[in-house]
Amino acid sequence: MNQENNTIYLDYASTTPVDPRVAEKMMKFLTIDGEFGNPASRSHRYGWKADEAVEEARSHVANLVNCDPREIVWTSGATEADNLAVKGIARFYKSKGNHIITSKIEHKAVLDPCRQLEREGFEVTYLEPNEGGIITPEAIKDAIRDTTILVSIMHINNELGTLNDIKGIGDITREKGIFFHVDAAQSTGKVQIDLNKLPVDLMSFSAHKTYGPKGVGALYVRRKPRVRLEAQIHGGGHERGMRSGTLPTHQLVGMGEAFRIAKEDMQHDLIRIQKFHDMFLKEVNNIEHVYLNGDIENKVPNILNVSFNFVEGESLIMGLKDIAVSSGSACTSASLEPSYVLRALGRKDELAHSSIRFSFGRFTNEDEVIRTLSILKNVVERLRELSPLWEMHLDGIDLDTVKWNTH
Amino acid sequence: MAYSKKVVDKFEDTLNNPQAFKVGRFDPSELNVGTGMVGAPACGDVMKLQIKCEPKGNTHIIKDVKFKTYGCGSAIASSSELVEMLIGKTLEEAKEIKNIEIVEALELPPIKIHCSVLAEDSIKQAIEDYESKQ
Repeated sequence: MNQENNTIYLDYASTTPVDPRVAEKMMKFLTIDGEFGNPASRSHRYGWKADEAVEEARSHVANLVNCDPREIVWTSGATEADNLAVKGIARFYKSKGNHIITSKIEHKAVLDPCRQLEREGFEVTYLEPNEGGIITPEAIKDAIRDTTILVSIMHINNELGTLNDIKGIGDITREKGIFFHVDAAQSTGKVQIDLNKLPVDLMSFSAHKTYGPKGVGALYVRRKPRVRLEAQIHGGGHERGMRSGTLPTHQLVGMGEAFRIAKEDMQHDLIRIQKFHDMFLKEVNNIEHVYLNGDIENKVPNILNVSFNFVEGESLIMGLKDIAVSSGSACTSASLEPSYVLRALGRKDELAHSSIRFSFGRFTNEDEVIRTLSILKNVVERLRELSPLWEMHLDGIDLDTVKWNTH
Repeated sequence: MAYSKKVVDKFEDTLNNPQAFKVGRFDPSELNVGTGMVGAPACGDVMKLQIKCEPKGNTHIIKDVKFKTYGCGSAIASSSELVEMLIGKTLEEAKEIKNIEIVEALELPPIKIHCSVLAEDSIKQAIEDYESKQ
């Protein structure tokens, strides 16, 4: 809780604060009395020390997801990692085929590169999730063509918290010799990832969703069987030619430390967050006409996406002024479109407009959850009193039969 | 969304004190009540505005107003602002109210001008409904 303004932060899926242990370590790699050297400098101690720190950080990242440190390529974040994976594979292997499979509920960091590839002549299939927000291995199997070269599916959906069956999908792509990229920006520190066992070729990671700094991420690129990429950023051949640019030592040290702590604290964090999730869900379910978005059986406990029927999401967020959450409502976005993820679930647009994402994290405490629930119940009740839709509902009018004066 | 303090205050006042800000309903079948409802749930906003009028001279005067709004904070603030403008006005005066007055009063950002248009449409519809009953 922020002591100054009493605001409760429940938007951990958007970003997390940097863990103080991480910040402390990062500060040792910035100033003249710290290790500020360029890790690419081979001719002096400054460079060697920085390189040592970068490689140690790389091992921490590799260690959390059980891969070889040589399979980790540093990037500026998960967005760049997704770009490098999707565009890098497509452009390198374009002689093998021109078809890519992804889903409608991917992050824009995958969808926008796919759109770009379509402009370059690739064909992309955007799979619909099932009503629980899951992309099934069967759906992937049915979409595969002879020309398919890449499947890109996220591990945990950022809006819903739903979990896809990565092993199931990877078994199919591996058998067919198709590359499989997984956006795992929301996964680290929340679920176990074992790349030694998972049939995945590329995986994107972000530091700032796991108590590390913003502006840094990584792409896992499998060595056996070998995966090759066309670099998207050129200029010096860093990261074995896959991603040029001077390595930001302090950022990488931050990500490494954050992932080291994630491995250590995962169980402890999970137990607390599961408790908050269960508490929250139980209380929220006591409010009438509330819907949980996303398959409850296949989701992580740190994200809860809830629609409060007859209440518009942005007004709910304004009502919850001391609580930081996000909404799928159109009114909170510049585009005036409701969440494309919620729409892809096939629910009515109203439910997308009425949705709020609550996400818990390492620094959430029980008191904050209890306070949030009490404020939430109060504000939902007040907004429903203000809502003509709620009034019509209480009068027994089926809103689907009403002819609206649309704009 | 960076709202002006006016939108935030109006929204919060309405939320915290609905009766004082004319949240509620009249019986729509009463002859002296006109009801207007505009917008659609799928678009994210629905405004319902009701006026209660009485004849005065050769016109009618708005004695009381009730409203309910489903929508974003600025939609709720816009309806609430409109309601305040209406009481005591003749129907002719009420018809002259333009959305720009709400935009200016609340300092609505450009992307939210839509809310004020909705408010203007709701009063037009309510007057139409009322006049059709006379």
